[in-house]
Amino acid sequence: MRAKASSPDKGDSGGMGKQQPNRLPRGGRIDRSQPLTFHFNNRACQGYAGDTLASALLANGIDVIGRSFKYHRPRGIMGSGMEEPNAIIQVGVGADTVPNLRATEVALYDGLTASTVRGWPGLDFDLLAINDFCHRLLSAGFYYKTFMRPGALWKWYERCLRKASGLGVSPQLPDPDRYTHRNAHCDVLVVGAGPAGLMAALAAAKSGARVIIADEQSEFGGSLLYSAARVAGNSADEWLGKALTALADCPEVVLLPCSTVFGYYDYNFLTILERCRDRPAEPRQGLSPSPPEREGSKRQGEIRQRLWRVRAKRVILATGAIERPLVFPNNDRPGVMLASAVSHYIHRYGVCPGRRGLIFANNDSACQAALDLAAAGAAVAAVVDCRAAGPGAIADAVEQAGIDVFRGHVITGVTGRKRVRSVQVTPVSADGKTLNGASKTIACDLVAMSGGWSPAVHLHSQAGGGIAWSEAHACFIPDKPGQDNVSVGAGNGSFALDACLAEGQQVGLDAARQCGFEPVPFSTPKTVSATVNPLQPLWRTPALQSPERSPKQFLDYQNDTTVTDVRLAVREGFQNVEHVKRYTALGFGTDQGKLGNINGMAALAECLDKPIAEVGTTTFRPPYTPVAFGACAGMDVGQLYEPVRKTPLHDWHEAAGAEFEVVGQWLRPWYFPRAGEDRLPLPLTKKAGARGAETGGEGGDRRKPFATLSLAAQAPGEASAREDLPEAVARECLAARNSLAIMDASTLGKIEVQGLDAVAFLERIYTHNVAGMKIGRCAYGIMLGEDGMLMDDGVMARLGERHFYLTTTTGGAAGVLHWLEQWLQTEWPELKVYLTSVTERWATIALVGPNSRKLLQGLNGDIAFDQADFPFMSVRSGVLAGFAVQVFRVSFSGELAFEINVESDEALALWRKLMEAGGQYDITPYGTETMHVLRAEKGFVIVGQDTDGSVSPVDLGMNWLLTEDKDYLGKRSLARPDCRRADRKQWVGLLSEDGTTVLPEGTQLVEANTPGGRPPRLPLAALLEGSRLVGKPGRARGRARPIPMVGHVTSSYYSACLGHPIALALVSAGRARKGDHIHAALSDGRYVKVKIVSPIFYDPKGERQHV
Amino acid sequence: MNKQKYSIFALLRNAVSYNENWRQAWRSPEPKKKYDVIIVGGGGHGLATAYYLAREHGIRNVAVLEKGWIGGGNTGRNTTIVRSNYLWTEAALLYEKSLKLWEGLSQELNYNVMFSQRGVYNLGHSLQDMRDIERRVGANRLNGIDAEVVTPGQIKAAIPIINISPKARYPISGASLQRRGGVARHDAVAWGFARAADALGVDIIQQCEVTGLNRQADRVTGVETSRGRITADKIGVVVAGHASVLAAMAGLRFPLESHPLQAYVSEPLKPILDTVVMSNGVHGYISQSDKGELVIGAGVDAYTGYGQRGSFHTIEHAMQAIIELFPLFSRVRMLRQWGGIVDVSPDACPIIGKTPVQGLYFNCGWGTGGFKATPGSGWVFAHTIARDNPHELNAAFGLERFTSGALIDEHGAAAVAH
Repeated sequence: MRAKASSPDKGDSGGMGKQQPNRLPRGGRIDRSQPLTFHFNNRACQGYAGDTLASALLANGIDVIGRSFKYHRPRGIMGSGMEEPNAIIQVGVGADTVPNLRATEVALYDGLTASTVRGWPGLDFDLLAINDFCHRLLSAGFYYKTFMRPGALWKWYERCLRKASGLGVSPQLPDPDRYTHRNAHCDVLVVGAGPAGLMAALAAAKSGARVIIADEQSEFGGSLLYSAARVAGNSADEWLGKALTALADCPEVVLLPCSTVFGYYDYNFLTILERCRDRPAEPRQGLSPSPPEREGSKRQGEIRQRLWRVRAKRVILATGAIERPLVFPNNDRPGVMLASAVSHYIHRYGVCPGRRGLIFANNDSACQAALDLAAAGAAVAAVVDCRAAGPGAIADAVEQAGIDVFRGHVITGVTGRKRVRSVQVTPVSADGKTLNGASKTIACDLVAMSGGWSPAVHLHSQAGGGIAWSEAHACFIPDKPGQDNVSVGAGNGSFALDACLAEGQQVGLDAARQCGFEPVPFSTPKTVSATVNPLQPLWRTPALQSPERSPKQFLDYQNDTTVTDVRLAVREGFQNVEHVKRYTALGFGTDQGKLGNINGMAALAECLDKPIAEVGTTTFRPPYTPVAFGACAGMDVGQLYEPVRKTPLHDWHEAAGAEFEVVGQWLRPWYFPRAGEDRLPLPLTKKAGARGAETGGEGGDRRKPFATLSLAAQAPGEASAREDLPEAVARECLAARNSLAIMDASTLGKIEVQGLDAVAFLERIYTHNVAGMKIGRCAYGIMLGEDGMLMDDGVMARLGERHFYLTTTTGGAAGVLHWLEQWLQTEWPELKVYLTSVTERWATIALVGPNSRKLLQGLNGDIAFDQADFPFMSVRSGVLAGFAVQVFRVSFSGELAFEINVESDEALALWRKLMEAGGQYDITPYGTETMHVLRAEKGFVIVGQDTDGSVSPVDLGMNWLLTEDKDYLGKRSLARPDCRRADRKQWVGLLSEDGTTVLPEGTQLVEANTPGGRPPRLPLAALLEGSRLVGKPGRARGRARPIPMVGHVTSSYYSACLGHPIALALVSAGRARKGDHIHAALSDGRYVKVKIVSPIFYDPKGERQHV
Repeated sequence: MNKQKYSIFALLRNAVSYNENWRQAWRSPEPKKKYDVIIVGGGGHGLATAYYLAREHGIRNVAVLEKGWIGGGNTGRNTTIVRSNYLWTEAALLYEKSLKLWEGLSQELNYNVMFSQRGVYNLGHSLQDMRDIERRVGANRLNGIDAEVVTPGQIKAAIPIINISPKARYPISGASLQRRGGVARHDAVAWGFARAADALGVDIIQQCEVTGLNRQADRVTGVETSRGRITADKIGVVVAGHASVLAAMAGLRFPLESHPLQAYVSEPLKPILDTVVMSNGVHGYISQSDKGELVIGAGVDAYTGYGQRGSFHTIEHAMQAIIELFPLFSRVRMLRQWGGIVDVSPDACPIIGKTPVQGLYFNCGWGTGGFKATPGSGWVFAHTIARDNPHELNAAFGLERFTSGALIDEHGAAAVAH
């Protein structure tokens, strides 16, 4: 992987120099044999495999990468990794495009196209840069103080604000890529593969622990990748290679490069985003092999990103530290970079980001950048150090190299707008608070700054751990961990390499021991430890004038939050750090304040005259770095969003040309149109074919038990006013009433209940008398919620002394099983009851119509179907036409009917046999729509359509199902006064007075109580709806006069059998108001006069199902 | 109180003086020994209550006690949606009152709360969804609330990026639309009310945790706080997820469950979604903030708890739902995720009213729907406290309903199933 000395095929270094003026002739971990072409803002550029987009842009000498959010200031690359605030770009085109990537994190590939996300009309010339000059008008929170009057103009103001905001552009096409999730368990999860993390992983793995080690970079090594240190007698790079080989040799280790651990949830559950396509082209030995595709390359169904969900016994956080910028006037100019980034680009990519660099630091680490620049052949203008003289091996080395060192100095000004041209350097007092001398101007094109290091405590914090202020390093370090985790290395405030290695080894061994393994110690690699001159906190360089009157000193680069903004927030009373964050947008950028927050807190501390520790931090929330929605969603999108459930007879229905309806997760036949059948326009005149139909409705209340099977919770029917009706539905309805029809009812929820206490259990769940049921008999049963409202219904069959079979609604199946289990497991664990879902085991075929018995009797079998042997509401098991079946004599249509349960894999064969044998009766398959019409004609309720969670069994007229002398769920609630009100909404039938209008389901009902018996006019606001008037503030303020509603239409159909529309409705005190007229308020403003009738329209005495 | 008036002229004036002369938006006074009314909880609802107490009822000797920083609870943790298209008349009129207050709030408070009436679509994915929509829209119109039923074609015309394909797993069959609904800037609501209440004399006291409620016989007499004892004849508690904790201090037990409710934002994008889209069927809702972030919410975490974080699988479901509706957002990246604690009542409606303890009032149980109600909630709660009797708009929302059974079941009309 080490770079080849020079490019073999791109000509001489002079040509290369032209193309990539900042590319060093040698060095870096790039592959110069693989030159790559890419485009930035339509400009063709060159780079190498192994580059990031950022390193390639720097190599090409491109200084300005973007514009800042508010002031549109030109910005260059500041960092080298996930902390980068400025270089936000759009990568790729078309469906592949990704907005808002950090150039520092994008692996370069051939053909990459990247563009700037801000700037209008363009990056180089940006008109909105005028904001930079009006900045005093655009102070923090300015938008809260204006744009208020006239109120109507806010919409326009807002449109302008929105246009000016935003970063990249959303993809406009669906994502062509795939994402996957993977679950993993391990003993030790190591986050970060720098020196500390690698040592920890080695120590734990060598001791036998199952280890996962993840690092967000494409290569393991962390700071070793750009370190000049020597480890165990080797160069950092050589030692790294050996360590990785040793790690890969351990059998139970998973190595995850390009993998960011972004969330730390409860019980040591962590989420890792693996960017599969960013893997290095030639994986190092030991790295799990993966295709070398990069982002944007051609794909053949491979995974773009994989989200790991890891449960770890022990977590070692070796997350490293993030270098801090220094705060000085115009500290955002292109050319101002983090010192570590400078070293990073030189060592890792062979790119020198400037010709004449200047170092500005308050600590020793930045001196490395000076040495690296010098070694790379760049001029080093000076090292500016705010500290007075002190010891320090690295600083000494700088002086030995002949570099000018300005001790006790700070930068007080920067010139150059699109690139640093020079800086102003001024002596400062020993405490760093006041300037005390004349300034000096030093020419340079690069400022490498370091304000010290902040441990990346994010994950530690997400896990619930506290943080503490370290005076020594002037940073927050992890305090007590919140879960089973430990922080180590720079992430724990141990910045020296030898400390990282030793600590890492120790926690690795400890973790192994905690996971039950015998630690296998080995010798710690030796490093040379340098004498360190302690850091001197410098949160802001002093100035002669107040920050308000000085050039901007940036805290948060992306959101343009300056020292002035924080001071203003404090002045206005926003003194809590969370308030400051929200008022000034500090830390709200896509870098989530990784770079700027600490300086912002220091500025706040200064204003409040409090120590930083007391000011505290804002909350660290997942994700650590942004994660694609698609990666969170995984595979469960599109057709896999939820499984599509089909019955065993689905293919037959499809072949028969059925229209399907979505019911919960199921697809059910809706109706079976035949060739030549059309939709019949409504209103229809009375159908001549309604032979045998009784004109219905008014005759009698329900007194006798009626048997119903509620087949669907989410039932069909059309929502808006029906203007037509499938001819097929009318035909199917008449077939069921007049001869024979067949339906696939397999989607019914089916639960078997067995056990010693089955009766006792069901007595508590259902309202009817379960103990009194004889074996072989069925009963209609309802269950109530704790609030007494109807929850689900179905048929209960007693198959044995302690063996019951229940059906539920299609949509309610899973919920009911869950409900039963919840009571069994959490409230009544003493009951010996076992529940089994048998929904998929049985297919259910309903045979409906006067000829259904004749058909069954004509088939071979051992079940007697005559009325005496097989009365209504009973169940028989046996053989029918060679199939083992359970047959239930129940009816959801009011006709003579049988429901046959047959093993799912035999369903199709039985169905075919029934269709064949039924030919003589013109057997007609029907779907959910006909089922609904049939049951509505009979006044059978559908839970979820006729009920909504606020309807009690009493409201539905089901008093006969409520057993007085036992207790059941919901019984107590039914005794509450409100449940006994006489004016509760009760379930009734409705007939349109005109005899033709099919009322839209959901239509509200109102009284006809205005003078003249006319319905009331709609309130003004409702009439104005849709007009522009409504949206305007103050417009719809007129006092609304609500019109009281007395109920609503729950179901509504055209009954082919009766020859007129019918409807079911919940109406206040409806049962006592039969014969009264009320009005249905249609959505087009019309009112339809309707009459309240009994909900049973057909065969009110219920004789047909008993024959 | 001498208050600076905010306007473009004030901005210009202060720009000239380097923004060095802006005054405090609100004071941070030491608590007095005694107040007429104490409001516990410095969220939007509490601050609005204090404001309307002073403004509508002339009661200005009021303290708002906040454990942390104002607006730091659910006020700062929601998806900022405002609408009033609730099903039942009781709820609809309460939320409509609130919506009407929203419509003039920036001007009334002299603070731009960025209330933006960009419309709210509630999608339907099945015939039953459409029945429910028809029913709710009909009820809204009769109650004087703007509402429309729109077809998939109309939805597509208004939101070109939405997926209305009939081949979707749960195709969109229509929607209800409330054009007057929209979003507001959540933090600004708290700050605007705080500033306006402060101007009327209300003391806003942050970092002041209530640790106990003092009572004499069946009367409340004051509170114990981390900053000492404060007495008052009337105490209004409006603390969202922690209502049960405060109720326990008074020996009361409320029918509330506290759940985490998560929300998510993406990285900022150029304008792409100009309205609010909610779906109960695929369980998610989304809008785009003025900054460009997609703001996303979904259902509550199933487990109860006070940890303001939530579980990862809830995020997975939310993202799946959003991609189902907007497949083009799959490559957009989630930037932040957070959780608030919502107190869910059995009927998904709030509890606003008196308690068995005299002088003690509670306003809680808003579940997932509290933000949109902020001004209206404060308005009726202030009335309830000032008159010691609920306003007709919140009369139905008393604690008694759980024993009488007169529930207002809004589960169906909630943004997402609870």
